[in-house]
Amino acid sequence: MSPVLAGSLQWLALVAALALAHRPLGDHMARVYSSAKHLRAEKWLYRAVGVDPGTEMRWPAYLRGVLAFSAVSVLFLYLLQRLQGLLPGSLGFASIGPDQAFNTAASFVTNTNWQSYSGEQAMGHVVQTGGLAVQNFVSAAVGMAVAVALVRGFAARTAALGNFWADLVRGVVRILLPLSVAGAVVLVATGVIQNFSGIHEVGQFTGGTQQWNGGAVASQEVIKELGTNGGGYFNANSAHPYENPGGLSNLFQIFLILVIPTALTRTFGRMIGTPKQGYAILAAMAAIWLGFTALMMWTEFAHHGPAPDIAGGAMEGKETRFGIAGSSLFAVATTLTSTGAVNSFHSSYTGLGGGITMLGMQLGEIAPGGVGSGLYGMLVMAVVTVFLAGLMVGRTPEYLGKKIGIREIKFAACYILITPALVLGFTAVAMALPTPATSMKNPGAHGFSEILYAYTSGANNNGSAFAGLDADTQWFNTTLGIVMLLGRFLPMVFVLALAGSLARQRPLPPTAGTLGTHRPLFSVLLVCTLMIVTGLTYFPALALGPLAEGLAS
Amino acid sequence: MNTPVGTTARLLGAGLRALLVLTVLCGVVYPLAVTGLAQALFPDKANGSELSVDGRTVGSSLIGQRYDLPPADGRETAEPDLTWFQPRPSGGLGTNSVNTRYRLLLSGATNLAADNEELIDQITAAEAAVVADNSLPGHPVDPADVPADAVTSSGSGLDPHISPAYAGLQAPRVAARNHLPADRVTRLVREHTEGRILGFVGEPRVNVLELNIALKELVHRSRTS
Repeated sequence: MSPVLAGSLQWLALVAALALAHRPLGDHMARVYSSAKHLRAEKWLYRAVGVDPGTEMRWPAYLRGVLAFSAVSVLFLYLLQRLQGLLPGSLGFASIGPDQAFNTAASFVTNTNWQSYSGEQAMGHVVQTGGLAVQNFVSAAVGMAVAVALVRGFAARTAALGNFWADLVRGVVRILLPLSVAGAVVLVATGVIQNFSGIHEVGQFTGGTQQWNGGAVASQEVIKELGTNGGGYFNANSAHPYENPGGLSNLFQIFLILVIPTALTRTFGRMIGTPKQGYAILAAMAAIWLGFTALMMWTEFAHHGPAPDIAGGAMEGKETRFGIAGSSLFAVATTLTSTGAVNSFHSSYTGLGGGITMLGMQLGEIAPGGVGSGLYGMLVMAVVTVFLAGLMVGRTPEYLGKKIGIREIKFAACYILITPALVLGFTAVAMALPTPATSMKNPGAHGFSEILYAYTSGANNNGSAFAGLDADTQWFNTTLGIVMLLGRFLPMVFVLALAGSLARQRPLPPTAGTLGTHRPLFSVLLVCTLMIVTGLTYFPALALGPLAEGLAS
Repeated sequence: MNTPVGTTARLLGAGLRALLVLTVLCGVVYPLAVTGLAQALFPDKANGSELSVDGRTVGSSLIGQRYDLPPADGRETAEPDLTWFQPRPSGGLGTNSVNTRYRLLLSGATNLAADNEELIDQITAAEAAVVADNSLPGHPVDPADVPADAVTSSGSGLDPHISPAYAGLQAPRVAARNHLPADRVTRLVREHTEGRILGFVGEPRVNVLELNIALKELVHRSRTS
């Protein structure tokens, strides 16, 4: 069987698995976030936290909950790293310096998981398992909570958006934890390690020994993908054989990355009472994902570029067991979501392949996007699409029975503008200053791409990198930390403000003139809006980096 | 306590308590439960899929290693031991720069761009070396037959596999160095070639450590018989 055909079949298998999981998982999540009942364990958790999960919050209260929890998380994770050297179970690893500790704390709390450290030499069991892996759960649950709050804004007949603490706890207890336990066992069955043996000597074939890290890898790996986090236990991330040992674990990890973001469209459809509206959103996500994957497969198999031409294939930075197809599938899935895990190194992709990973993030990670952030990003774009369609035919736009007025469109516009402003602004400043450029590993257009990629990845909370860039400098640790925080929480402010504004409106009954937002035409319109409004913003920057590199070869 | 400061303090307190209970749940109970399950169900895999020969651990079937000659005096780089099958280059592999009391391998890739002169030089040199190492008198290796994985570094630097094409290309050399019939070594490679799972998942590959263990056994048997 040719590698292209085998790759296409893997792609089909992935689509089939996601389709199978779509309804059961989507319906389950809708029940979790709509149920009035609390599990016994949850009641115990609420008592320990000291909150009443029944209190309905308006958007400012919901936002305060998100910000308070995240602020405490950043501080806690920062201190955990700063004190690592003093804590037991740290394998004797030293404490992390202030700028890197800030960067890592911001990174894991914002669901970015950008890593300027190498896991195997820097982080012991306590920080990895008790700090970083915990944020993999809770930052994902926060993203889902905000998405659900926006959906409630569309569905609401009162101004309330639900209770943040209840959404946070339920997301962890009823969705992420059970799936993670099952997924971790599957990963161990494929060869992912799960032990606490620390650093130990292992004999080698030609004699001598090698020191290896042990660790709770499988339990962290599964939530790394499922929560679209992406922070690897080891430096090589999912390219490391102990994180991703074979073709089957690879396909399973891609499935884990995509399963919650795609199923959330079903949750959305169920919660607003019209599953078809969810399918229209899903169709737009799927179209972009399929298109990007096809383009990536094409450019990587064609392997244009001086180095891959001499080698006879684009295998630099790719593992034998995944090959071109398994690597391309993973690269697209990880950059079209907020994951940022990598099973191959994007910096050594063909020029155009690198560009596809960047454009995927720059579209705002909406196809299907991060857990929660993908859905709310797509819904904001749907609001903009409805608005543009309304302008074309001269009608007051409405979406899901709620009027899109000046206030709503202002919030949506702010949401859309934040990320490009952060990415392009900081890239420009970094290029203008003398020192950041010394971190570049590659000359020419690719060097510029490394910096553009870094801020794209940070502001969109992805976390993958053109990893030749030496990011462990004060400049990059600090600015990327700030960019990640602003790129996560400012959009959340506008999403929740939008949700609050929508929630106050009484739903309008659809009329003959209402745009059919559950129809294929709307999905097409949504994809076009995304490409034009978001994609074109980055076109000049892409032309200087990956396009210049890709078209030259 | 209804001042803005009091309200903020209460909110942060709730956030801290929420983080602490979720840390106990997701950072202590969950990883311990998964470790318990993993160690009960798949102890070998959970502990790193290590391989032993005659009671001595020789590595892991998942982690690639080097098969080099003992470093000669005055040489910076180790020379490959051509009696063994050679793995892919690992140009991105590093050693620990912090916590230097350990000798850790840092997994990683070269991250060199497809148009980088340094990468072009590395690949050209690797290809020349593969051709030189594997050409036998009367059987020169055609550079066009050198597969891509033989001259490129993997993503982790720890790739345990090579392509069946690269293993096949090395078989005549390995046979000659070990005084074995070439077709016997070629058959050994075929026996150790793993196909795609279910016919389409993953890529065909040969595990270098497992192949070299089998080769060692074959050499041992041919010498004693």
